[in-house]
Amino acid sequence: MKTKAHISLALAAVFVSSIFSTTPTAAAETIKVGVLHSLSGTMAISETTLKDTMLMLIDEQNKNGGLLGKKLEAVVVDPASDWPLFAEKARQLLEKDKVAAVFGCWTSVSRKSVLPVFEELNGLLFYPVQYEGEESSKNVFYTGAAPNQQAIPAVDYLMNDLEVKRWVLAGTDYVYPRTTNKILEAYLKAKGVDDADIMINYTPFGHSDWQSIVSDIKKFGTMGKKTAVVSTINGDANVPFYKELGNQGVSAADIPVVAFSVGEEELSGIETKPLVGHLAAWNYFMSVDAPINTSFIERWHTFIKDPKRVTNDPMEAHYIGFNMWVKAVTAAGTTDPAAVQKAIIGIEVANLSGGTSKMLANHHITKPVLIGEIQEDGQFATVWQTDGLVPGDAWSDYLPDSKILEANWTDELGCGNYNTVTKKCSGQNY
Amino acid sequence: MRLASTWILAGSCVAVLLAAGPSVADEAQFVEALGNLKTSSFITKTEAAKEIAASDAEQAFVVLGALLEGRLYVRKAENDVVVAVGSGDEVEIASAAHGGTLGAVAKTDLKRIIINNQMRIMLRSDLARLSLRATDPAQRRKAIVSLFDSLNEQTVKLMRAAFVTEEDAAVKATLATALALADLDSLDTKTQIAAAQTLGSSMHTAVRNRLAALVESGADDALDEQGRQLLATAKASLAQIEHSRKIYGLVETTFFGLSLGFVLVLAATGLAITFGVMGVINMAHGELMMLGAYSTWVVQQAMPEHLELSLFVAVPVAFIVAGLVGVAIERGVVRFLYGRPLETLLATFGVSLLLQQTVRTIFSPLNRAVATPEWMSGQLYLNDALSINYNRLYIIIFSIVVFLSLVTLLRYTTLGLQIRAVAQNRNMAKAMGVRGGWIDAVTFGLGSGVAGLAGVALSQLTNVGPNLGQSHIVDSFMVVVFGGVGNLWGTLMAGLSLGIANKFLEPFAGAVLAKIFVLVFIILFIQRYPRGLFPQRGRAAES
Repeated sequence: MKTKAHISLALAAVFVSSIFSTTPTAAAETIKVGVLHSLSGTMAISETTLKDTMLMLIDEQNKNGGLLGKKLEAVVVDPASDWPLFAEKARQLLEKDKVAAVFGCWTSVSRKSVLPVFEELNGLLFYPVQYEGEESSKNVFYTGAAPNQQAIPAVDYLMNDLEVKRWVLAGTDYVYPRTTNKILEAYLKAKGVDDADIMINYTPFGHSDWQSIVSDIKKFGTMGKKTAVVSTINGDANVPFYKELGNQGVSAADIPVVAFSVGEEELSGIETKPLVGHLAAWNYFMSVDAPINTSFIERWHTFIKDPKRVTNDPMEAHYIGFNMWVKAVTAAGTTDPAAVQKAIIGIEVANLSGGTSKMLANHHITKPVLIGEIQEDGQFATVWQTDGLVPGDAWSDYLPDSKILEANWTDELGCGNYNTVTKKCSGQNY
Repeated sequence: MRLASTWILAGSCVAVLLAAGPSVADEAQFVEALGNLKTSSFITKTEAAKEIAASDAEQAFVVLGALLEGRLYVRKAENDVVVAVGSGDEVEIASAAHGGTLGAVAKTDLKRIIINNQMRIMLRSDLARLSLRATDPAQRRKAIVSLFDSLNEQTVKLMRAAFVTEEDAAVKATLATALALADLDSLDTKTQIAAAQTLGSSMHTAVRNRLAALVESGADDALDEQGRQLLATAKASLAQIEHSRKIYGLVETTFFGLSLGFVLVLAATGLAITFGVMGVINMAHGELMMLGAYSTWVVQQAMPEHLELSLFVAVPVAFIVAGLVGVAIERGVVRFLYGRPLETLLATFGVSLLLQQTVRTIFSPLNRAVATPEWMSGQLYLNDALSINYNRLYIIIFSIVVFLSLVTLLRYTTLGLQIRAVAQNRNMAKAMGVRGGWIDAVTFGLGSGVAGLAGVALSQLTNVGPNLGQSHIVDSFMVVVFGGVGNLWGTLMAGLSLGIANKFLEPFAGAVLAKIFVLVFIILFIQRYPRGLFPQRGRAAES
């Protein structure tokens, strides 16, 4: 009886000591990379895929010899679609796990929630989703599209190629659609569109009864002028919206809808029949015909073990962001955030649509803009794309308060919101 | 599929009518244009489609129809253009050039010829012109309506000829409208006046816009007598149109309100039983709806060949699944907590999280695409200003049926009698020989089953995902509390009035504010009348 207890005690001691002895050496041999995406709650639908993407990229990097002679180690946390929890988990990643960089966040509110943490602890965050702009932090790298890389070119396309004269700006009621629509409204008015030809509509999160709104849009759109809907409606609410459009007989040929939040991933959960011909503006489509994309899709399918899974724009953003970080760390020879921040500006890596994206001084990147029509198989057919790459603009040129601001994180300015009129950095941290 | 076959049918008869004998040159031009469709440039493709439409080749209609519907493919190996029929991994194909069948091939061997919106618009009007002679009257009417905006000499000539021979009254009336629209451009003012008068009886937006443009452009002083008369007639017709559109607009809003109301009622009925009759605050009610919606999806996956019937199977399946889970919750959790509402609330909230994460683990956090059967999509056409969505209509009917069956069950069956007895006075009912525990389980299961039924209906309206329940639970509680706890009819009235109020507020206030107004109103109402619209009376209710 006693000996048995002794043996188990000894075993436990060995076990505990082995944990304590191996942990420090393991930490020295690996570089930790934080992955901050919701794996439960409302946003799990979009963010889970990005976590898998990061795991795949880290896995591939390790197979190619790691980074600076060390292996990369992913630290995955689940902020559960809970905004304050994002900040807590970010703090945990930076303080406790001592990660070299964090890849994460989806909604703007989650990004705003972690921002003070990253600035306080001087961490690095790569944010992969299209957003409303009006921000440039020293510690954040925006690899998704700024409004001038998505919304403005889409409106240009509708105006010039489809000769749209009346505009419905429909969005979910939160910061991204509100800011984007503010910019779009200013832009449309600058282009000479009349007040009466713009209809703005906001709906709550997850809105499901679209009958009267679609009926209003239909009435607004049949007054004799070509009408289009610019939709910043958030993921979930899109399904009933498009269903209602289909049911009320509004086809893409009558009133096209161009969406900024509907990608391949969202389409895979929708019956696509009523959506055929509606548009989306992104910087990447899974259907892009480029060898580098084909190879990425193949690797993704092998990694996720499901040949039916799709790829999408935020995944490409993580791909670009991760490769930029790897290149910057290699160039700097260290994972120290200050050194990486300096080294990463000007770094160029291949994007998945066959071009090269560059990290700019304002922490945004250059990207092509593609406009695609939804096809029945849930993919997009590119109908228009910019000639070259569009540089991301942190502060919109169409808002009077913002157009005088400039972000430049090189030694030249070292400021995220330099006022070109007063020649001052406002001192605001982002 | 139905659409495809009608196009082909219409196509073959039109082709016979039009193609008295396509010349050799025509055929050559057609084949060349067909080859041009294979390019990836939309400009070349548009030109090719135009040429095909212009050529009188027999296959033209079939090819254009297939192109519009995305059934035109290029065979990768042979590099020729084919028309595919059917869906799935393997499809039947026929040559686009001569229509001969080529057997079945795997879909991976084909590359779809994609089109853009400009092409779609062009193809639609081409096909509409060709299908003016379709055999189905509804299709003919649709073709005429879609030509309202693009009337030209050629189509008007076709329509005038058709007007003489047309036998279907509705189609004839639509043709008359189209011709009147064309006559508005006539040089003879008398014809114009007559046309403007005829148009007053139509409510189509194209007509309204045309008249409005006429009124706007004709408002100068340099008009002669007849010109002024035309203007007056046009104005009168326009006013008439606006008036009837307004009335139908009200009817439409009321219908929207009713349909939203019945969805609320459907979601709340189950709760009216568990919360209203039993007094259990069941926070997992929404998740039971979610289970119903997932059951629909599973049923559809199990019978992909019989999509049209899947909902009829899903209804009992969802009822049983949600009902059994409900019984399990009652027996496993709720029964230990009777009389302790706070603890019940917390425990059932825990259950709801548990159910959500279980679904996330089993079905993935992504939404599932529940298909809408053909008979539930589209609209019931009443007139040009008013059409009613089939899915909403069926859900209203379904909701009424569910509600009435429940009322009947509670009012006229022994089980219903026992349920009511236990609800009113548990001890007395037990003394009379009613098995209280058993009745509790059955009642809870019944309420849960009805939640499952609501899930089937919701799967046709909204996302089927792990969060489906959360977005409906607040509304359900609101309806039950507003209607008066323990009263099914109160739930009905509350749901309908909230739905209608919401829809009438929405156009003025916007969707966000409308919801806030309704909530504020309910809070104030509950302050004044804490027992809701239809309070329960009697000694039991007082305690």
